[in-house]
Amino acid sequence: MSATLQVRVWRGGARGAYREYEVPRRESQTVLDVVTHIQRAIDPTLAYRYACRVGMCGSCAMTVNGAPRWTCRTHVDKVARDGRLAIAPLRNLPVIRDLVADMREFFDKWARAQGQFKGARTRADDFERISPDSEARRRADAAIECIGCGVCYAACDVVAANPGYLGPAALNRAWTLVNDARDAAQSGRLRAVAGDDASLACHTHMSCTERCPKALSPTAGIAGLKRAVSRAALQGKL
Amino acid sequence: MSRRAETLLWVAQRASAAVLGVCVLVHLATIIYAVQGGLTGAEILARTRGNGAWSAFYTVFVLAVAVHAPIGLRAVLAEWLGWRGRARDFLLVSFAVLLAGMGMQAVSGVIG
Repeated sequence: MSATLQVRVWRGGARGAYREYEVPRRESQTVLDVVTHIQRAIDPTLAYRYACRVGMCGSCAMTVNGAPRWTCRTHVDKVARDGRLAIAPLRNLPVIRDLVADMREFFDKWARAQGQFKGARTRADDFERISPDSEARRRADAAIECIGCGVCYAACDVVAANPGYLGPAALNRAWTLVNDARDAAQSGRLRAVAGDDASLACHTHMSCTERCPKALSPTAGIAGLKRAVSRAALQGKL
Repeated sequence: MSRRAETLLWVAQRASAAVLGVCVLVHLATIIYAVQGGLTGAEILARTRGNGAWSAFYTVFVLAVAVHAPIGLRAVLAEWLGWRGRARDFLLVSFAVLLAGMGMQAVSGVIG
């Protein structure tokens, strides 16, 4: 292990440039540790975003050596090439400054995919009984652990080609609700995830599944949505 | 275009792809068989002319192409050129008609 890392960090907005820093190499060092060192010890004007540092909040995702990653749980050991790192903001999102991407469009798309749970029961009603073994519950379970980090969105080539595309995370969220027996807004949601800018635009490149730090498969959920909207369209229910 | 219409186009493209998968295999196998047997163009035409089965097969093949290719191009034009809307769709309907017309002309030339 060399004593230092040569780190290129994106500075400025969309028309910014990389600036190089030398950072001491430490054991079990994460990429977020590297960025934090630069901000605290070298250049306090560096803007970046993080909160929990333990892979729960989804706020520290950046592009590391060309690939989107959650930086708090990405060890330098795994990604540095010859002691070098290049760190940039997430792709497919506007850059606010330095390593901070504007996440508004990303989360607005969750709303456009009708990612909100809409129940029909009141507190006077009994609980809906859902068997943990039911097929729908298992499908929802497989997709539910998304932390909203935006890594899949940055990895997606369809988003890059078609900025209107809802993207893997919003569609994955919709898929969990399509499988939720308690939800009362199913037909509207299926309409929201059908069409050229939604599930049907997915080319199944699987970059989202490859990069998801939580090892989810948005691709599988999107395939499920494609089946569901196709069925609804053929039955005249879309 | 409505979301239902967009979805039905998507279904039509997948369904036509399934048909094309079979058609291409039969077509290639037939070519390889015919070439190995040393058949001349005239001999092939003698076998295909007036043959209802080949006529039906290649009609299905041509129609599947006419459905499949323009829908695929629709996505290519949107993603690569950012071209959407009615003008694009009108052009693609024209392209579908052209493909079907040229294909059916070829079918009638070999079989009709």
